[in-house]
Amino acid sequence: MISMDSQIFFQNSYEADASLESSRMKRRKIEAESHSSETEVKWRSESTQRIYAVKLVEALKRTSSRNDPPTPSAAAGERAVRDVADRVLAMAAKGRTRWSRAILASRLRFTRLRRHRKVKKPSSSAGRPRKLLPAAADGQKKRFPAVENRVKVLSRLVPGCRGIPVANLLEEAGDYIAALQMQVRAMTALTEIISLSQDDRLGSSSSSQA
Amino acid sequence: MSSRRSHSRQSGSSRITEDQIADLVSKLQRLIPELRNRHSDKVSASKVLQETCNYIRSLHKEVDDLSERLSELLASLETDSDQAAIIRSLLM
Repeated sequence: MISMDSQIFFQNSYEADASLESSRMKRRKIEAESHSSETEVKWRSESTQRIYAVKLVEALKRTSSRNDPPTPSAAAGERAVRDVADRVLAMAAKGRTRWSRAILASRLRFTRLRRHRKVKKPSSSAGRPRKLLPAAADGQKKRFPAVENRVKVLSRLVPGCRGIPVANLLEEAGDYIAALQMQVRAMTALTEIISLSQDDRLGSSSSSQA
Repeated sequence: MSSRRSHSRQSGSSRITEDQIADLVSKLQRLIPELRNRHSDKVSASKVLQETCNYIRSLHKEVDDLSERLSELLASLETDSDQAAIIRSLLM
């Protein structure tokens, strides 16, 4: 039997109301961090999560159907799934965060320029000088070199957040972590559904042959 | 965003105050499962940042593993049309 939790996670997707979602998103974005509910923090609102789940399933199906004629290697298939999951995640963010815009922009660039990969940063305010900002709020106790190094490492981990001020980086990182947690939950549920149904299929076919 | 008056140092010079950064750091701390149990005052900003980086890396790895698993499952899914129909009927 397929667990009801993962099934409900995907089945309720089509009941999401778009207009309600936009008003909920503003409220939940502020409340999301203060919700120290069961174990994990929710990313955005419930309906946004459902929309993400639906889009993920559809996109994954399209990916697998496209790969049929040429037999892909395992790594290529995995990268395709990962790319699809990231892109759908970024689309679900509706372009309100920097990391989501960076993911979407980098995908666009990669499909257009396949020969040479430009490592151009897709920042929305391209004219802003980057070296100016980290030095502006300097001379305070939180600017130890150890902290600065950690900030640099963090800025490399979150996509599209290399030259931004620390406060923005922390905000982006918080949102990115919550989104990744949701992505993991969704993909785990999807994996569970598919693998459990495969077990059912194998069980039923063997019993029918006997 | 609430500012803690007792800790205000530079009031007018910098737009981004220490309080805001402390708030954001504590918010990050609440997201990371390892650091959530400890009292917020005892965790330094450096530790929070380090755990944040480790956590993001572990999440990336988990997504990679899951996408590998999913690609295998979807590949085997396509070979059996009955099963694919069942999956679609469940999810839609």
